Amino acid sequence: MQTALAPKPSVPRTSRVARFWRDYGWAYLFILAPVLLFLIFTLYPVLTALVMSFQKYNIMNSTWVGLDNYERLVKDETFWKSIKNTLIFTVGTVPVNILITFVLSYFIYQMKSKWQTFFKATLYLPAVASGVTISIVWLAIFDPTDSGLLNRFLGLLGLDPVIWLGQSGTALFSLILMNWLGSHGAGIILYLAAMGGIPKSLYEAADIDHASGWTQFSKITWPLLKPTTLYLLVTGVITSFQVFISVYLMTQGGPNFATTTIAYLIYETAFKFYEFGLASAQSFVLAIIIIVISVIQFKYFSSDIEY
Amino acid sequence: MKSTQKKTLLVVASILLVVWALVTVIPMYWMLVGSVQDSAMSASFKPQMIPEQLSLSPYERFFAKTDAWRWLYNSLLISVILTVTNVFFASLAGYAFAKLKFPGSQAVFWTLLGTMMIPAQVTLIPLYILMVNVFDLGDTYTAIILPAAVSVGNIFLMKQFMSTLPTSLIHAARIDACSEFGIFWKVILPMAKPGIAVLAIFTFVASWNEFFWPFLITNSNEMRTVQVGLASFVFAESTDFGAMMAGATIGALPMIILFFSLQRYFLQGITIGAVKG
Repeated sequence: MQTALAPKPSVPRTSRVARFWRDYGWAYLFILAPVLLFLIFTLYPVLTALVMSFQKYNIMNSTWVGLDNYERLVKDETFWKSIKNTLIFTVGTVPVNILITFVLSYFIYQMKSKWQTFFKATLYLPAVASGVTISIVWLAIFDPTDSGLLNRFLGLLGLDPVIWLGQSGTALFSLILMNWLGSHGAGIILYLAAMGGIPKSLYEAADIDHASGWTQFSKITWPLLKPTTLYLLVTGVITSFQVFISVYLMTQGGPNFATTTIAYLIYETAFKFYEFGLASAQSFVLAIIIIVISVIQFKYFSSDIEY
Repeated sequence: MKSTQKKTLLVVASILLVVWALVTVIPMYWMLVGSVQDSAMSASFKPQMIPEQLSLSPYERFFAKTDAWRWLYNSLLISVILTVTNVFFASLAGYAFAKLKFPGSQAVFWTLLGTMMIPAQVTLIPLYILMVNVFDLGDTYTAIILPAAVSVGNIFLMKQFMSTLPTSLIHAARIDACSEFGIFWKVILPMAKPGIAVLAIFTFVASWNEFFWPFLITNSNEMRTVQVGLASFVFAESTDFGAMMAGATIGALPMIILFFSLQRYFLQGITIGAVKG
């Protein structure tokens, strides 16, 4: 169709803006609420916390003290102890839990589907209980008298009752033990889904090559499950660095700071001693540790993740 | 694998799984049996693994000593509202990020996602000051609900889920002059039902079980959620293990019932968006 070239109507600025909003306005509207909530309840608090960590904070008049808070916490014995406890707790729980989760999933995967469902459901069940519920139950299990479930069990073996949570030698270990015997349900479901996603042809090919069960496991199963392992590792470390409820309810950080984790220390500094500036500094140290460890895990694990 | 090898593996696997299933369930069982035996008579808490006499007196004591009904009401109200807001806003934003093209969408999405690594402890203190001193909302439902109204993790899940939906229906609806919100409401939401069901269930459980923020922001007994109330009860009554176990059961039972009735969603749900490969 040939028409005489009509002069191009010059587009007024307002209509360009109008067209932009016609094309994209809805999309911005759709993300508006989350973005607003993010700005008010995440971004603003993070920036405020950063500023507070350089202040002696007071609601009325805060004073800028530079790196004083950071200096104080580096010199604080309790702070280092809390870092150490948190590290011990993380190293003691996360790898062990991943191993338990993996072995259980691998075994469940061998079962017929009816039994798979049964074990999945049974092992998942405790995951729906809250940290508060779990902590209360374990308070009773760890009861230091011989009525505690664990001490009854020791009694059956002819051993003396242990003051699980009440002495610094066993308190942190008790929290770790409780974590081991806790729920692996969520991880199991992730692993099983990933195992189901491994192409059967790989195993068939391996069978033809007479590859042993171990070879199949180490050359096919384990490498192909690496993304799931990485996911569990990263989320596991992040959660265990922030462990709070069990410490608060079961030991209050004691005895003699044996179970004071960094998250618990931050809580005490802020809401028991009202040292908001110092607590903010502590929380930034926690954030930096978490981010650094997560990045290292990604780097280390994902180097050969593509397949 | 050779068949004898396979058989041995199956036997070992079965034994280990049964043992571990028992280990997993024993604490929950201990909680239940502990809550239905009267230990008030004896000085120490000594329930039997197989109870000889059942008694509901631990529950009576728990309800008599606390505002448990009020706490349960608070928890239910907050969890329902948070489920609705999270499902609605996460679906809406997830849909926008997955299916709509607009300038800045990638930048905004990755910024949101990036902040997931920042631990809650960092934002906690300013958030507390903001709520209590700036907005004067301390000890209110609003303060408990607002910061959790939609989570980045949920937006991510819904984006993953929405991107699996066919785009052709969206185009068809657009040609039919359906408004963008109309498309979301009438086309996308019905298709996304499986994902929404999972998101709703997990949000509900997480909101019910949430402890730290409601614990910080509430200070009156009537505003406590059941988890916060339970914790306060443990500190107040550290000797009455029977009532404590009854309380723990009350706090967990709704979720246990939910789990048994919606098992299918729990056992398939969390893989959405989490596993690749």
